[in-house]
Amino acid sequence: MQLVLEKRAERSNTIALISPLIAIGLTIVTMVILFAILGKNPLLALHAYFIAPLTDSYSLQEIAVKATPLVMIAIGLSLCYLANAWNIGAEGQFLIGAVAGSWIAVKTQGTDAGVWVLPVMLVLAAAAGALYALIPAICKVKFGASEILTSLMLVYVADLFLDYLVRGPWRDPHGFNFPTTAEFDPVATVPLLIEGGRLHLGSIIALLVVAAAVILLGRTIKGFEIRVVGAAPRAARFGGFNSNQLIILTFAVSGALAGLAGIIEVAGPVGHLQPGISPGYGFTAIIVAFLGRLNPLGILIAGLFLALTFIGGEQAQIAMKIPLDVTKVFQGILLFYVLACDSLILYRFKLVFPNRQVPRGAG
Amino acid sequence: MRKSLLALTAGLLLAGSVSAASAADKLKVGFIYLGPVGDLGWTYQHELARQALVKELGDKIETTFLENVPEGPDAERSIEQLVRAGNKLIFTTSFGYMDPTLKVAKKYPNVHFEHATGYKRNPNMSTYSAKWFQGRYIQGLIAAKMSKSGVLGYIGSFPIPEVVSGINATILAAQTINPNIKVKIIWANTWFDPGKEADAAKALIDQGADVIMQHTDSPAAMQIASERGKLAFGQDSEMIKFGPKTQLTSILDTWGPYYIARVKAELDGTWKSEDSWGGLDSHMFAMAPYTNMPDDVKKIAEDAQAAITAGKLHPFKCPVLGQDGKPVECKGGANLDDGQILGMNFYVKGIDDKLPGK
Repeated sequence: MQLVLEKRAERSNTIALISPLIAIGLTIVTMVILFAILGKNPLLALHAYFIAPLTDSYSLQEIAVKATPLVMIAIGLSLCYLANAWNIGAEGQFLIGAVAGSWIAVKTQGTDAGVWVLPVMLVLAAAAGALYALIPAICKVKFGASEILTSLMLVYVADLFLDYLVRGPWRDPHGFNFPTTAEFDPVATVPLLIEGGRLHLGSIIALLVVAAAVILLGRTIKGFEIRVVGAAPRAARFGGFNSNQLIILTFAVSGALAGLAGIIEVAGPVGHLQPGISPGYGFTAIIVAFLGRLNPLGILIAGLFLALTFIGGEQAQIAMKIPLDVTKVFQGILLFYVLACDSLILYRFKLVFPNRQVPRGAG
Repeated sequence: MRKSLLALTAGLLLAGSVSAASAADKLKVGFIYLGPVGDLGWTYQHELARQALVKELGDKIETTFLENVPEGPDAERSIEQLVRAGNKLIFTTSFGYMDPTLKVAKKYPNVHFEHATGYKRNPNMSTYSAKWFQGRYIQGLIAAKMSKSGVLGYIGSFPIPEVVSGINATILAAQTINPNIKVKIIWANTWFDPGKEADAAKALIDQGADVIMQHTDSPAAMQIASERGKLAFGQDSEMIKFGPKTQLTSILDTWGPYYIARVKAELDGTWKSEDSWGGLDSHMFAMAPYTNMPDDVKKIAEDAQAAITAGKLHPFKCPVLGQDGKPVECKGGANLDDGQILGMNFYVKGIDDKLPGK
């Protein structure tokens, strides 16, 4: 007797839509049990996680700040994944974008340069991210190298390159040898939107990116090509779509978005270039992309939701002394349920009994 | 059912706010930790100090900590969250929180901040650190006495003044015992990475070092030294259980008395922005028991500790010679002044290596 996953003959669209909600419901039930075991009041804990952060402007802003890089990177990644191009190296493209943009900021420091500084930083960061993403894409198209491996390995190259710059040539001369550049000048800083808060222009850019992706995928031929190449490669070939060209294109776009997210983070909330500017945004964004079902609006919601669990987790740590590990367990459980629910839309469990009546080799 | 659940929720929330009100007359003190609380190392020593603080003043204060806060874009939010939760005195316990702490401090002038090991201050932001180089000097004496090969292995974290002054103090001390002492330095470029630290320790031993010193936080180097039958010094915490036959001593971070003093000042209304840089005399750090060494070496170490504590011995007594053999300007009269040590950016004579970034 064997338990196997069997593909369902047809999938229910209704279930597909409510499956993330089922996953969240199951997560909450599991967390209630976990909080009870920890001796914490489950209702208060859930309130701290999900409700409290939504009740004041400060926390809402922080959720937006946290979600901004995640959403921007995830949108780019979703284009890659839809086209069956597996960019795992968004983290590296994020860092290279941050480095390229910071170059302008560092070189113009204290020179009274004009308002052109920030726009040039943004453009340069996007271009650098795109070029960096093109390395694995071209290796894939020309030499058949696995883009999963090459893009991932380039993350460490970017990380060490940034490290070298802030320890060496770009180090703050008044910083006692600490590995960081000096604070960027105001013209090299992403403007804040609300006095006293941390919400910045980057969040608006992220929303524009989401809107652009909706239009691209829903209204343009290119978007159609991307979806067809991913979903039905044979049909795409018959249709005359060039899948190699799409790998190059989607990698470049996703690299550009990751690079843009990188410079926005550095010139925004951080204010200078240093190692550790990304707590793994490029990797978390992969989760966000799939949590949002590779759909731009889904990604926006998923990014905000994941940000909410970070902010809520912190507030639960303060208000109820719930350890940080619980937040991580919580995020893990959520992902587990989302993936499990998704699998069960397409597959079902079946018990298989090996048929012993037909002797092997007979006939 | 639904109504009763709502009522229950409301009741619980009200109960929560009531208990919050009764706690309001207690001073709230917050802590930001770099690592997990764990049971060893930099963050653990801050946590021990927090526990000592609660034991001493627990009836007057309420403490909260956030652990594993990375030194990136999240730090500012984490600090501000503590402010918004009503904490009036906040200790940010790693160098990388300097700019985020300063940003939040400027935004909330009525909240007091204490930043460990940094150099930026504000009327509501103090800094505190310890003169660990004094402990390094004692270690240098022990190391030179115990080393048979005359080669010391040094695992550095980052080439910042705190670490550079530690290396220099070690060598200056060692040279008083063995003028030809050699030191091999490997920069791990991390404060905590057991894998890298272990690799560094192996490489140093392979290059002939028989006493391993570290300015990183994990016990990995101690374990490697122990496996290879060499000697080593611990860091931050007591690490003797990782090398019962290996650890000579360890520099222990003991923040407890400082935290208690600062919280008392806050309670009395006498807190003001200061730069505290405490040495052995201020109990900002301590030396673990001197072990795995003969009595005469132990005596040398104890005598040096007593002399430094009494202010009779200064590790950077002039003349201090730079790598080029020329004496460094002596701004403190008989010894280098605090500013020169806090900004130390050169190696002393006898270190056959190049300071990164120079």
